Amino acid sequence: MKIAVCIKQVPTREWQPRLNDAKTWVRDQDVSYEMNEPDAYALEESLRLREKHGGEVVVCSAGPSRVQQVIREALARGADRALHVEDDSLAAADAVTAAAALAAAMAEQKFDLILTGLQSDDQGHAQFGPVLAEKLSIPHSTIIMEVNADPAANSLRVKRELEGGWFQYVTMPLPALLTIQSGINQLRYATLKGIMAAKKKEIAKVAAPAGLASRQSIVQMYAPQKVKQTVMIGGSPAEAAKELVKRLREEARVL
Amino acid sequence: MILVIAEQKDGKLNRASWEAIAAAQQLSGGAMPIKVAVAGQGVSGAAGELAQAAVAEVITVDHAALAHYTPDAFVQVFQQVIAQASPALVFLPHTYQTRDFSPTLATRLDRAIVTDVIAVKGSGSDATFARPMFQGKLTADVKLQGPAPHIATIQIGAFRADQAAKGSAPAPITAAAVTIDESKLRQRAEAPFQEAKQAVDLSQAERIVSVGRGIKSLENIAVAEQLAKAFGAELAASRPICDNGWLPMERQIGSSGQTVAPKLYVALGISGAIQHLVGMKGSRTIVAINKDAEAPIFEVADYGIQGDLFELAPAIIAELQK
Repeated sequence: MKIAVCIKQVPTREWQPRLNDAKTWVRDQDVSYEMNEPDAYALEESLRLREKHGGEVVVCSAGPSRVQQVIREALARGADRALHVEDDSLAAADAVTAAAALAAAMAEQKFDLILTGLQSDDQGHAQFGPVLAEKLSIPHSTIIMEVNADPAANSLRVKRELEGGWFQYVTMPLPALLTIQSGINQLRYATLKGIMAAKKKEIAKVAAPAGLASRQSIVQMYAPQKVKQTVMIGGSPAEAAKELVKRLREEARVL
Repeated sequence: MILVIAEQKDGKLNRASWEAIAAAQQLSGGAMPIKVAVAGQGVSGAAGELAQAAVAEVITVDHAALAHYTPDAFVQVFQQVIAQASPALVFLPHTYQTRDFSPTLATRLDRAIVTDVIAVKGSGSDATFARPMFQGKLTADVKLQGPAPHIATIQIGAFRADQAAKGSAPAPITAAAVTIDESKLRQRAEAPFQEAKQAVDLSQAERIVSVGRGIKSLENIAVAEQLAKAFGAELAASRPICDNGWLPMERQIGSSGQTVAPKLYVALGISGAIQHLVGMKGSRTIVAINKDAEAPIFEVADYGIQGDLFELAPAIIAELQK
């Protein structure tokens, strides 16, 4: 099977965002980046499918040159080669723009299956997968917890997560696109051998198609408004513990 | 006109539909008519319930091909409903189902879409939509461009269902003239099922201690267990803990797990990603313990302690045992 996995580079979880002067985006300086966690699960699932069915795993990502960090990491974990749609203007691209940036280059490759994470940890639109599928005119399913592919029969049966502990099996023909839920598998990490091998793997760079335009603009960004007056309790651990328990007993009356 | 796409399963209306209606009513301010559409098989009960809302019309699509949801069928249906009703805006609740088909619908219509909206500002078609970004660390006010309709999905719990205005008389219910080309339905969906009978019903717990990534390792889960015991609380977790297999999935709180509203909810090392907050923000008293003072969990907490949970948990246990 020819499998694509779309990954995104996002700021690390520990990163504390600071706004730019215009308060319309974050300051990109001193950000450290990592692979979007749901995409890491999609990558692992694509490697397992290759182990089972043969073929290749191609990492696809849109963004400025810095996204090569996560592309290299995916190659080190076992992906065979990469497709990078590179453009500085994609640094803060929304999901629809990113899908439009990748669609043409990915269409040429005629993948049997495309996997990606269910949403990104930065912008969190949860739109990229379904939008890309529609642009490629292939069926999709989202929030997947199990993938059973039958390449000979050209079919796919997947377990979709619903809310509140419910699931559902969905069948569709290949080629198809799936968005993968975190926790579908146990992640593998890059070995030293994998890191060395990754250096020789091909990263094909493709220019972004002309005329990419977002249909949404950010007017302003700000720290979220508090919905509650939070009482912050300070002091040493023992002091804070004493104060908390006192307030839970006497003020909140929940103990 | 604002079109609200309501959601039902097996004829039962998803309560989040009322929240999307409340959002539409707020934006309209009485100036724009609101219509509600609901699709499925056997939707007359849900339609009757929706007709109580102060809306101009309830539009139904009842079809055997919609018995089990598939994105292809829903996109076909709502593409036609939108073409007939020609709304300026389309609102949907941000559920797992609408996440599956609304981006496809927007792409097929070639219209702008904004997802996970927590507030709607302005009025009419010149609306601004607030949505969380960067795991809830920031909020962005977003404007949509291009031709109507603009599509927005409304986050669960962002608007109150009980604030949706009811009409003085039931709204008229109209069956939309929609055809479904079944040869173009690529997905085949089977009946939804539950993996195992939920052994723990956390929704009934009076007190819950919930543990997140901050616990760092399986060995440290014992720390949370002891704290739960000292509080006389059930132990629960955010999704990453269950993904790692450190606690069973049935103890997961959040959009993919259980929704709870206990008297006391202690969030131990939980940053407060929105998928977790929707499952617990209705709790009466929320305590957040986190090393990161900027963690979004503090926004919903009544009491917060910024610090090392490995120092704080034993101190709280000692204090409770006094």
